[in-house]
Amino acid sequence: MASTVPNPDSLGSNPGRHLAHIAKVLRLRQLSAMVLARLVCTSSTLQRKNIAAAGPEKYTQEFIKKQIEEFNIGKRHLANMMGEDPETFTQEGIDRAIAYLFPSGLFEKRARPVMKHPDEIFPKQRAVQWGEDGRPFHFLFYTGKQSYYSLMHCLRFIQLLERILALPYCSMEEEYIQRFRRALEVQSKKQKIEPLQYDENEVAFSTGEGRRKTATATTIVRDNGSGNITVNGVDYLHYFPVLQDREQLMFPFQFLDRLGKHDMECKVTGGGRSAQAGAIRLATARALLSFVTENEVESMRQAGLLTPDPRVKERQKPGQEGARRKFTWNKR
Amino acid sequence: MAVGLLKKALPRLGLAVPAWPGVRCMTSRLYGTAAAQTQIHQPDNSVGSDKILTEPLKHPDFFRLSELFSLKDLFDARVHLGHKIGCRHRLMEQYLFGCRLEQDILDLDQTMEHLQQALNFTAHVAYRRGIILFVSRNRQFTHLIESMARDCGEYAHCRYWQGGLLTNANVQYGKGVRLPDLIVFLSTLNNVFQQHVAVRDAAKMNIPTVGIVDSNCNPSLLTYPVPGNDDSGPAVELYCKLFRMTINRAKDKRRQMEILYGLKSQND
Repeated sequence: MASTVPNPDSLGSNPGRHLAHIAKVLRLRQLSAMVLARLVCTSSTLQRKNIAAAGPEKYTQEFIKKQIEEFNIGKRHLANMMGEDPETFTQEGIDRAIAYLFPSGLFEKRARPVMKHPDEIFPKQRAVQWGEDGRPFHFLFYTGKQSYYSLMHCLRFIQLLERILALPYCSMEEEYIQRFRRALEVQSKKQKIEPLQYDENEVAFSTGEGRRKTATATTIVRDNGSGNITVNGVDYLHYFPVLQDREQLMFPFQFLDRLGKHDMECKVTGGGRSAQAGAIRLATARALLSFVTENEVESMRQAGLLTPDPRVKERQKPGQEGARRKFTWNKR
Repeated sequence: MAVGLLKKALPRLGLAVPAWPGVRCMTSRLYGTAAAQTQIHQPDNSVGSDKILTEPLKHPDFFRLSELFSLKDLFDARVHLGHKIGCRHRLMEQYLFGCRLEQDILDLDQTMEHLQQALNFTAHVAYRRGIILFVSRNRQFTHLIESMARDCGEYAHCRYWQGGLLTNANVQYGKGVRLPDLIVFLSTLNNVFQQHVAVRDAAKMNIPTVGIVDSNCNPSLLTYPVPGNDDSGPAVELYCKLFRMTINRAKDKRRQMEILYGLKSQND
């Protein structure tokens, strides 16, 4: 804003008016400068804000359609250039043609020239969820998670699908319906059940192994018994004087209601009192799998009889006294 | 009088007479903008469309909703039962009939009047193709309310209410979303016995609300409070049935009127 400041020598007759004029000019200048400065400051911040707030670039339907048309035309031109048939020109052909026409020494594969269908290049836009009049299509639109919350309303549909699969001629639609099914592996099938073995007196027996916290146990469970348990050649009452350990031993039998029906002979090494009891329990449960039906196997698995206990002694860390215990804290 | 009231309450729902003929104005409430007018061109139906919108406002009970329920129905559905005296809200004292053995009893005469007004308003909103959103945080009735909303062709939100659904709709849903024109609360409290956030947000966004207020609820922010029980199964089923019937009636009436006046204006 070029404006001349009046010459102080020409003030002459009416200094007040000139001063007022000067002041006004200066104020205007100041104002314009401030305004300009403010504009300068805010425009950059505004730009920054707008770029961030706009989010990923939106492509309209017409734009994508135009790109697809251009791609198809370009594909035909490329086929003609390479001497191939435009009708049967595949994507591999396009890639080869581009690699031939635009040889690139760049190491980064994604930086090389590429010609692909626009659907693969431009990110998919979320379709608008409401119609022309503004009413959303889905009745749970306003919850935000319409597909998630609408699952509960499909129950009837799921029941009907399962019904269809149970009918005689289901093989016609089975493939289509199975697409919506995900195979869940039944956990109990993962258990390895050894077949029953028979010794000289035709008595059925089975072996099992178990570990708990550095204690390992091997057991032999025999049928037609009366509940005698021998641990390392010693009677269980003498080996485990504590009631808790004996309860651990008997739990698999009690769970299957076979308390007085089997004899057990086991060898156990390592660990402590409790660890040995736990190891024998796991080994017995595994041995009993051979005597038992599939449903009972599943119920044993759910009771936790067949899961090895993964807990072991945690290592001591440097700078601490134990695994968790720290040294006594000194103020000085 | 009804016209004036409705004009005040719902300036968006096309009550304004269109300035030029041959165009039917449909004002859709866009978030963040003053009522932006989207125009759907209809072939010379201005007189008919006028009639369609103004005719219901001339009758106090155009949809004859008083036939849908009676005091005995409300009593049988245990609508009059409130909570214990200790849970009573100060502002609900005007709607109480009394209390018996420390349990508050709501006045069913007042409930009848309020319910009539609320259903009438809902019917008018549905008649004008407004979006109705049913809200309730009572998990017992989530499935029932969602099924009812789906059958009506309206919307439901009986799940966890995220903070900015109404006030930050642009970010939550996308640009140019249309917010509900009426929110119906089948229970105004959330699971922690505090007032549902949507009551306050609807008041902020100038969305009229209809709500079933129990004796421990705050009726002040609702446009059409309906004192009634919101915890019993039969009561909520009754409300669902009433709302479903009103909305269906209103929509059927709209279709009838469109055919009637469409034919009439064609004949004229």
